[in-house]
Amino acid sequence: MNAASTIVPEAAREHGLSEAEWHRVVGILGREPRPVELGIFSVMWSEHCSYKSSKRHLATFPTKAPWVVQGPGENAGVVDIGDGQVAVFKMESHNHPSFIEPYQGAATGVGGILRDVFTMGARPVALLNALRFGAPEHPRTRHLVRGVVAGIGGYGNCVGVPTVGGEATFHRSYNGNILVNAMAVGVAEKDRVFYAKASGIGNPVVYVGAKTGRDGIHGATMASAEFSEAKEAARPTVQVGDPFTEKLLIEACMELMATDCLVAIQDMGAAGLTSSSFEMAARGGCGVEMDLDQVPVRERNMTAYEIMLSESQERMLCVLKEGQEAEAAAVFEKWDLSFATVGRITDTGRMVIRMAGETVADVPIDPVAGASPVYDRPHEPAPPRLPFYAERLMSEEAPGDALLRLLGCPDLCAKRWIWEQYDHMVMADTVGRPGGDAAVVRVHGTEKGLALTTDCTPRYVEADPRLGGMQAVVEAWRNLITVGARPLAITNCLNFGNPERPRVMGQLVGAIEGMAEACRALDFPVVSGNVSLYNETDGRAVQPTPNVGGVGLIRDLGRMTGIAFDAPGLALLLVGECVGWMGASLYLREVLGREEGAPPPVDLAAERRAGDMVLGLIEAGIVRAAHDLSDGGLAVALAEMCMASGFGACLDVPDDNLSSTGWLFGEEQGRYLLALREADAQGALDLARNVGVLARRVGTTGGDTLILGAEPPISLDELRARHEGFLPRLMNGGA
Amino acid sequence: MQARVSIRFKDGVLDPEAAAIEGALRGLGFDGVRGVRRVRVIELDLDTNEPEAAWASVERMCERLLANPVIEDASVEILKEG
Repeated sequence: MNAASTIVPEAAREHGLSEAEWHRVVGILGREPRPVELGIFSVMWSEHCSYKSSKRHLATFPTKAPWVVQGPGENAGVVDIGDGQVAVFKMESHNHPSFIEPYQGAATGVGGILRDVFTMGARPVALLNALRFGAPEHPRTRHLVRGVVAGIGGYGNCVGVPTVGGEATFHRSYNGNILVNAMAVGVAEKDRVFYAKASGIGNPVVYVGAKTGRDGIHGATMASAEFSEAKEAARPTVQVGDPFTEKLLIEACMELMATDCLVAIQDMGAAGLTSSSFEMAARGGCGVEMDLDQVPVRERNMTAYEIMLSESQERMLCVLKEGQEAEAAAVFEKWDLSFATVGRITDTGRMVIRMAGETVADVPIDPVAGASPVYDRPHEPAPPRLPFYAERLMSEEAPGDALLRLLGCPDLCAKRWIWEQYDHMVMADTVGRPGGDAAVVRVHGTEKGLALTTDCTPRYVEADPRLGGMQAVVEAWRNLITVGARPLAITNCLNFGNPERPRVMGQLVGAIEGMAEACRALDFPVVSGNVSLYNETDGRAVQPTPNVGGVGLIRDLGRMTGIAFDAPGLALLLVGECVGWMGASLYLREVLGREEGAPPPVDLAAERRAGDMVLGLIEAGIVRAAHDLSDGGLAVALAEMCMASGFGACLDVPDDNLSSTGWLFGEEQGRYLLALREADAQGALDLARNVGVLARRVGTTGGDTLILGAEPPISLDELRARHEGFLPRLMNGGA
Repeated sequence: MQARVSIRFKDGVLDPEAAAIEGALRGLGFDGVRGVRRVRVIELDLDTNEPEAAWASVERMCERLLANPVIEDASVEILKEG
């Protein structure tokens, strides 16, 4: 090492490389990097692409099960859904771009996650979005909600894939850093799944799709740094999406995949041509030679640096079988997309990039892609919080009023204003529409259905990262069960603050531990995922938000259930234990204005027993409606069922040592509310006793009011008015 | 006093509509087109007769509403009569 290289140049710091990383680069190359090489190291070693802070912890996730075809490490996860078919899915963040330019940020987030799915040979069949906005009264919130929702709708609707579900919640911790996580689900033939593993010395490397412009250069590095007020002003990194081109690209890729030309394919997502070429080569253990003069460009005078780092949308990189370029080119020509042979696979293990006759980069692939730095960052557990039972609560508010307040609060209010902007019915296979526990789409041409949900309760994760991580997984599991699906696997998107802060790192470590534990106990493995760190503005981190995207299989759509009961006079059965757990509950936050207490404990064995039993009852065809109990507890769950069904209900409030507040609003986990015919109710209770699950009769459906014990009845109209009122009022300027 | 605001994408930002127009022109046999840019024009009738005040107020309108400063450039012309 010569004297000059011991000083970290300004350029390295501007590229976000630490001093140690700079020395590592120099060590790998045996010299100082050329500008293009510096750009490559910078993006490939960014948190976004390298997972350097999270990798060692992510390795603890269970990723295998007999039905898992492909776990993490590919463009998306793949699970078997029988009859020679597979479901392909993944969730990914587009937080930073969506905060800067909400419409395009959210739209390109949708486009990117769709490409991750169809690049594997799957036709996309559904989209979901987990959205976290700042406080409703924050001056930017309305603008961000409007832009993000329009962007998701604009892209998803144009590309013809239904947006069927997700979440939208509000908390002040997201004021300066919203979260936009998009999930895509596709269906493929099991023997026609394509992977991003380059192979075959001499095979051509081919660029297809839209042309390359100067958009989004260094998006991956941006996604790996905190926001500050100053950074918000400098904003050259926004990409613009073109859903029509994406639609053409989907059809062209599907057509190419039906031929025998394709060896490997990968989306050019974050860090564009750089990450796609390096990752494909690294998986296949080969080298690549590329000639950037062949790359289709949209603008004049683009430099090698710009071409390698551009994040222009709607592009793919493929490896074809030698000699079959012409056949593949004809497909892309037909769909009016660019097609260019930009390189060859070599056996050198090096990436050699040329432009205008000059070598602009020559780096070994493994140390850049496979052996990027991995950090074991110091982490500190969250301070323990005390449990919080209902007995200690002193609220003046009558239970009926508290219920109305909860139904109308930003987190629980009807999200109709959002999902009505999405085409949730396109493709004509959506059978479980937004608003239920899980969305359901028919596997086209079959009687099978895929159940889809996204879940996370950030306030629980903040209070106790491990329990909160577990809870996100078990809630997804319950939401799939309640529609009658067998839970198969999850994808996740872990959104946290700056991992260089031990407390934040502690949240990440704890949440991963809890999620892994829950996934193991429930045979509910992780098959894909994404990590988004540095979600902070001026040192204030977002609530830790490890979103879980769950996928389940309904074998017979005739047995699907929903939250709406279809008749009066049905027996209401509560499955699971009641202790009146109020710590970190929504009631505590919304009614008493307090964000404190330990979150409800999760008993994984009990979750599994209760879930298996409820699924058994549903598959036996005796459950007329089912709903998972989560935010707001029993009272909110029953009110949601009433609003969805148009029938009222009468709920018993037991006169025992549990206070009525705890009974109605406690958030114990592992609970379901079921509606069954009177004739079936006793049998279900007997079954529960036999398998060691607590269950009891808690009420009856009927009438046009909701009656909570001895409280005055609340009309369904009043429930609906409060439930539906908030979002339209917020978006029209009131709130 | 009248003001005219012309809003166009910044250099380097993809304009799908302009690209579609360019492609369609080529499809119709117009081979001589080397580039297409789409520009949005907004004309405003203003109460003021002070060009400088008009200018300042329209600039503020651009920042707040008319243009998306992240991906668009706006240029303002103040027209005397209107």
